[in-house]
Amino acid sequence: MGMNSFQLLNGLTFAALLFVVASGFTLVFGLLRIVNLSHGALYLLGGYIGYSTATATGSFGLGMLAAMLGVAAVGLVLDQGLLRFVRGQELRQVLLSLGVALVLNDLALVIWGGDSFTVPTPELLFGAVPVLDTFYPKYRLFVLGMGVLVFVLLWLLLNHTRLGALIRAGVDDPEMVEASGVNIRRVFVLTFLLGCALAGLGGVMGGAFLALYPSADAEILVFSLAVVVIGGRGSLVGAAIGAVMVGLLNTMGQVWFPELAYFVIFGPMAALLAFRPLGLLGRAV
Amino acid sequence: MNRGMLWLLALLAAAVMPLVLSSYHVDLATRILIFAVLAMSIDVLAGFVGRTSLCHGAIFGVATYVVIWAMAKAGLPAVPAFLAGVVAATLVAALFGLLAVRTSGVYFLLLTVALGMVVWGICLRWTGVTGGENGLRGQDMRPALLLARENFYWLVLAVAALAAWAMQRFVNSPFGLSLRGIRDSESRMRALGYNVPLHLFVGFAVSGFFAGVAGAMYAFFNEYVSPSSVAMGQSVAGLLMAIVGGVGTLFGSFIGAAAIILLENTVSWYTDRWQAVLGLVFILTMIFAPEGILGTIRRLGAVTRRAR
Repeated sequence: MGMNSFQLLNGLTFAALLFVVASGFTLVFGLLRIVNLSHGALYLLGGYIGYSTATATGSFGLGMLAAMLGVAAVGLVLDQGLLRFVRGQELRQVLLSLGVALVLNDLALVIWGGDSFTVPTPELLFGAVPVLDTFYPKYRLFVLGMGVLVFVLLWLLLNHTRLGALIRAGVDDPEMVEASGVNIRRVFVLTFLLGCALAGLGGVMGGAFLALYPSADAEILVFSLAVVVIGGRGSLVGAAIGAVMVGLLNTMGQVWFPELAYFVIFGPMAALLAFRPLGLLGRAV
Repeated sequence: MNRGMLWLLALLAAAVMPLVLSSYHVDLATRILIFAVLAMSIDVLAGFVGRTSLCHGAIFGVATYVVIWAMAKAGLPAVPAFLAGVVAATLVAALFGLLAVRTSGVYFLLLTVALGMVVWGICLRWTGVTGGENGLRGQDMRPALLLARENFYWLVLAVAALAAWAMQRFVNSPFGLSLRGIRDSESRMRALGYNVPLHLFVGFAVSGFFAGVAGAMYAFFNEYVSPSSVAMGQSVAGLLMAIVGGVGTLFGSFIGAAAIILLENTVSWYTDRWQAVLGLVFILTMIFAPEGILGTIRRLGAVTRRAR
């Protein structure tokens, strides 16, 4: 395909970041039926929080933790303070989350300004190591590892814990879960917070190699949407496949026609919608 | 007084406005009319086909880009450039329509967000043609006759009135009625033998055509275009105008556009935080008045009529 291993790794590490961001999106979409268009804004917010924490404390780990907690807290306010008024009405929820995205972006612009920032990475991850036939930055390999780790943890959570079983049951039939005596609302809130935390985590991970700037949220959002459209609503494996496809295609696009790179994610989305409107692993509700 | 008379009066009132308003306010009124056409084009889909689009700002912006590019870079005269802009927007809408008709509800919205952002991404990155972040600037684009802002306003008013009339005819035509049938029950229309995807595709393309008309007019109004003209904010603003006016009311878009643009204008006097205010208005509208201004008036009217 005319890609060297350096570009292949670039595509895969970008895919790992996309997976972390899109998995949160697809979880919330699958269970709560909320298309959270403020997901991109939460990503950016997480990145900024991570940046401020990491520069203040000098610890990248603390930055990640602060971003996850901070964004989850914003998510809690969003869910309990705003989304509760429009429960069960898909379209109004989506449009409301859109309004939230605008407000959050503008707030971030007030607090952090319009400059672009890069989250400082820990010294441990400086430099490059030999991989395949090339040298590759350690930090981006770390992102790749994080992507795989998040996938494994989420997979274990969904398939081997009680909460995961409730989430899966809730995706299929929330009323039935409620009827069997489970407080499904609590599961919903937890899932929403988890989704937000993943957006925050993605913000820090991405903020260290893609930089953070006022329109970064829109860019990551469109990639996440593409991942979810390709992978299917609520499917973890679908999100992983979609992320790898979009990540690799985007890298190829950047190598071959840098100015029109955005266009290449258009192709697979179009093809999928023509044959499988619900995405690769999506199921009809 | 019947409804036709009412609209004729409103049109007359709009026509005499430049005689009493300051030049600044004439520009504001021109902007309102242009965006009302955009909002109406969104309402054709949202109100009569049941498909909420978030890529019409991008379709609008494509027309703006093409008109300015055609005049500034390709040296076309005004009329062919205008037509090229509208055709380009309609083609983009047709392409998007091909994909979008496969989906409905939230999926439709999701897909249109992604499609609109692809356009934005291209306008931002394809610096050779679009000027990237700096955008494109046109010079002396308006023909001599339209240089006076009153004349330009009257032309925009005429086009907007014509577009509103055409859209009204479209949604009330037999074809428009079958679109409403699809909105209410897709499976029923399919069972009756209607070609649902074809109907949706045509509906999308027609709606995109009118968004293109608005965008092409905007090119002559603003004489400058940058990626922010095709960004999601533009689609959001257009949709919000349609919603505030009242989805499914079509002419409510004029009220919605006036409300949002006047608000933007007022807010800008005090603060730079228009995006946050826009978001806040969106949130509050969704929570308290999802039917919009005209929709709420109509509902209250229906309630009092029933009470009588």
